[in-house]
Amino acid sequence: MAKLKIALYWAASCGGCEIATLAIHEKILKLAEVADIVFWPVGMDFKYADVEKMPDKSVDVCLFNGAIRNEENEHMAHLLRAKSKLMIAYGSCAYEGCIPGLANFYNRQTIFDRVYVETPSTDNPKRIYPKTKVKVPEGELEIPEFYDTVKTLRQTVNVDYVVPGCPPEEKTTWLALEALISGKLPPKGTVISHSVKAVCDECPRKKEEKKIKKFYRPYEKIPEPEKCLLEQGFLCYGIATRGGCGALCPQANMPCTGCYGPVEGVIDQGAHFLSALASIIDSNDPEEIQKIIDDIPDPAGTFYRYSLPDSLLRRAIIK
Amino acid sequence: MANFEPKILAFCCNWCSYAGADLAGTSRMQYAPNIRVIRVMCSGRVNPLFVVKALSIGADGVLVLGCHPGDCHYIEGNYKTMRRIPLLKKMLKQLGIEEERVRLEWVSASEGAKFTEVTNSFTQLIKKLGPNPFVHSKQTSKEVKSG
Repeated sequence: MAKLKIALYWAASCGGCEIATLAIHEKILKLAEVADIVFWPVGMDFKYADVEKMPDKSVDVCLFNGAIRNEENEHMAHLLRAKSKLMIAYGSCAYEGCIPGLANFYNRQTIFDRVYVETPSTDNPKRIYPKTKVKVPEGELEIPEFYDTVKTLRQTVNVDYVVPGCPPEEKTTWLALEALISGKLPPKGTVISHSVKAVCDECPRKKEEKKIKKFYRPYEKIPEPEKCLLEQGFLCYGIATRGGCGALCPQANMPCTGCYGPVEGVIDQGAHFLSALASIIDSNDPEEIQKIIDDIPDPAGTFYRYSLPDSLLRRAIIK
Repeated sequence: MANFEPKILAFCCNWCSYAGADLAGTSRMQYAPNIRVIRVMCSGRVNPLFVVKALSIGADGVLVLGCHPGDCHYIEGNYKTMRRIPLLKKMLKQLGIEEERVRLEWVSASEGAKFTEVTNSFTQLIKKLGPNPFVHSKQTSKEVKSG
């Protein structure tokens, strides 16, 4: 059998997903036996022109991480889609927008103002912003256009599979790679993870009735070791997050932040978490309820931490 | 925006508010024609997601109407709503949607008059606020299409 051809690319991401692909440790030898890497800007010297020269559908699978922040990201998404038989949104940025997607609380202008003018270490009295085209004596220079709104990979091109996580856990990555190597692929559109249920399903903490009088942020209180973090008042996102990670964060006393995305069948993770969370507030008095809610300083940023571009509203309205 | 006729969605609980709306109708009370009623079994059935979805696809305002506290047919469904809506409003405000576009009111089966008062005053308020910024904002509609 001919070796599989794999392409890896990063768009708007932090690089953590690249490390996560290497976190399969010695299994990488097994991968190298059956697959060739034909494009991987982080690890090997390829140029975009090399990809352009490849025949269409000549790459077996593309692991694409990162959100679509600018013109270059979008161009590469379309290019790799054309060259690849299978397109996998690898990691939360490509899947839901993730942390780069939080920029959707702002727009291009407010981001540029902050980055190129307002930051304390910036001295830019003439308010010079990056331009897509600029003329210099040697000719015209171009840089990719920075978009107003961060998009997910699925909002840009057709995506065959999703590997969730920020970054995906080793076993989740291997589950996807194993399926590719063996050729036993799940139905198109599947979010590849060991679980379709919530993180709570895998979390060993003791769960009783959930009633919350006060919300705590992680630095405000040392959690009890065995009791459900949510029951202790921490904003643990496990109830609204797909499992498969093994509930690692809650086991290390850190509330789940929701990086594996919504559970199967849910379209807007943030609104669902809001619904579940508000329901367990232990009060029937509107004033007390408001006081308890005031403990959550940034509900939108908390509930949509990983999924703002993939949510129903996609972005905040900037007036 | 002189001729702006808002689209308003009203989730009415089966046991109180929907009957209240019915009473307003059978009593021939007049109220603003801008509301579209969706009957739900309980205001507690209204996942905040429904409200977000309504706002994302064109509603200018959303009313959630349920039984008065203590009167819930399912004992505590409306208490859940009472907790969800304030948190939802706080979140919507951060997303640039005026929190006034969502209103929770308690309307019992005998309160046809309150139903008309709520729908009329809410319609007036939304008329003053203008169209839903999410649907009408250029930045979003353009990019939603291109996405």
